Amino acid sequence: MSLSLRTPSATAIATLKAIVFVLCLLPAVNLALGWQADALGANPIETITRASGEWALRFLLITLAVTPLRRLTGLHWLLRLRRMLGLYAFAYAAAHFAIYLWLDQFFDWGAIARDILERPFITVGFAAFVLLIPLAATSNSFAIRRLGGRKWQSLHRSTYAIAIIAVVHFWWLVKADVLEPAIYALILAALLGVRAWWRELERRRQLSVPPPAKHLQRPVIRIVPRQ
Amino acid sequence: MLIQKPRDILPSEITPHGLFERRREFLTRSGAGLIAGTALWHGLPADARAAAKLQTAPSALSTTEPLTDYKAVTTYNNFYEFGTDKSDPARNAGRMEVRPWTLTVEGLVGKPRRFDIDELQKLAPLEERIYRMRCVEGWSMVIPWVGFPLAALLKEVEPLGSAKYVELLTHYDPAIMSRRPVLDWPYGEGLRLDEALHPLTILAVGVYGEVLPNQNGAPVRLVVPWKYGFKSAKSIVTIRLTEEQPATAWNKAAPEEYGFYSNVNPAVSHPRWSQATERRIGELRKRPTLPFNGYADQVASLYQGMDLKKFY
Repeated sequence: MSLSLRTPSATAIATLKAIVFVLCLLPAVNLALGWQADALGANPIETITRASGEWALRFLLITLAVTPLRRLTGLHWLLRLRRMLGLYAFAYAAAHFAIYLWLDQFFDWGAIARDILERPFITVGFAAFVLLIPLAATSNSFAIRRLGGRKWQSLHRSTYAIAIIAVVHFWWLVKADVLEPAIYALILAALLGVRAWWRELERRRQLSVPPPAKHLQRPVIRIVPRQ
Repeated sequence: MLIQKPRDILPSEITPHGLFERRREFLTRSGAGLIAGTALWHGLPADARAAAKLQTAPSALSTTEPLTDYKAVTTYNNFYEFGTDKSDPARNAGRMEVRPWTLTVEGLVGKPRRFDIDELQKLAPLEERIYRMRCVEGWSMVIPWVGFPLAALLKEVEPLGSAKYVELLTHYDPAIMSRRPVLDWPYGEGLRLDEALHPLTILAVGVYGEVLPNQNGAPVRLVVPWKYGFKSAKSIVTIRLTEEQPATAWNKAAPEEYGFYSNVNPAVSHPRWSQATERRIGELRKRPTLPFNGYADQVASLYQGMDLKKFY
């Protein structure tokens, strides 16, 4: 097994993936054990609803941190963890939604429909979850091949919007103390801001480079709008 | 937050499970409403700080519904001065000195007065009042308060004819409490004078037959069982009778969400969630919320002719 941090061996990557898989599962295990032991406080349903939602949001942000981290550190293999992290975000969001449907509302479909239609924080939370479904469904190599890289990538860029909606969902839920959602909002702003900044740098670079001689021209993916 | 905070509750402060079970059994057999505080404390935890038990008489105004566990009543609290997580007050409120304590009654009264807390406790016979408590967040409890009618205190100070409202201000000490302006401290609440004089409205000095733990609003708090819990101000230092409707903390924070009256009303949703149902702490499924929290027979007449959708 290679110990090289820059170019880990296939075995090292597989081991790392297994470790990350287990780590990501720990919050859920912790909650399940807490539920069993009746150690989740006076209102355990509220506790697991909140916790599953917060973990969904955290995993969304962790997933969004992969690309900037990779670029800053040059550790390109980080990308190989991204799919799993994203799918965990979806899994925690799905658990959050299921807990709401089952333990919070006990499948009272009338009340659930009213919630989704009339309560803005639930409307946006539901929207974020629904928008995650196509991303989870296309998080496999087959879908990437079928859609084609560029189409797949533009679909998966909706993660940015979903993360914003998820933070809004949390912000609108709290009664008065917005400290916690504000922290998530700041982290998200940094993760999206750094992308915008890099994009701007790339745009300037492309503008400043003189076009290559005709015989050297190859198709390039331009991010600068054509004039 | 899932991140676990250190627990600073000593094992000795936690009720042994067996004792707890016996208390429940004892209560069920005797009929909760009939038990005097003297008997109540038997199977209960001796809180390390405030184990003083109180002599109480039962009240006909008590409900006979099963009580919410002592542990839930004393560890699941909204007391934002000590933190906005439900478990924060039980952890942090111990810093508050509750004796000596002075309650000042002032404003439009014939005899403004300052009451020492011990004096206050002797103002009227202490009663056990087992009330439902409905939080605006959609959960509820059944709590055996110990206290006396607010009317008994108001009688002492002789409200003037011009007094229309009662304003209650609570203790705020930035040295031991939150300095972040989550709400406009000190926490202020208010009642119409007739609401304040209603026999259901009490000043509580105890719970479960013992002196109030700090996180529940020691040494003296308001309990108005037909209104959402936040109306029942904790750790009161000033009661002021006024002619104008007083400003209240949550109303100032979000006027479209928390009205002055804040009567429990399943027909009027909070703008962000339904108030039609509630989860009784300790139960899995939600139950329907009752108008005026089930006290409509006693209090609905106070609001005759008022549009309760407008005066929410």
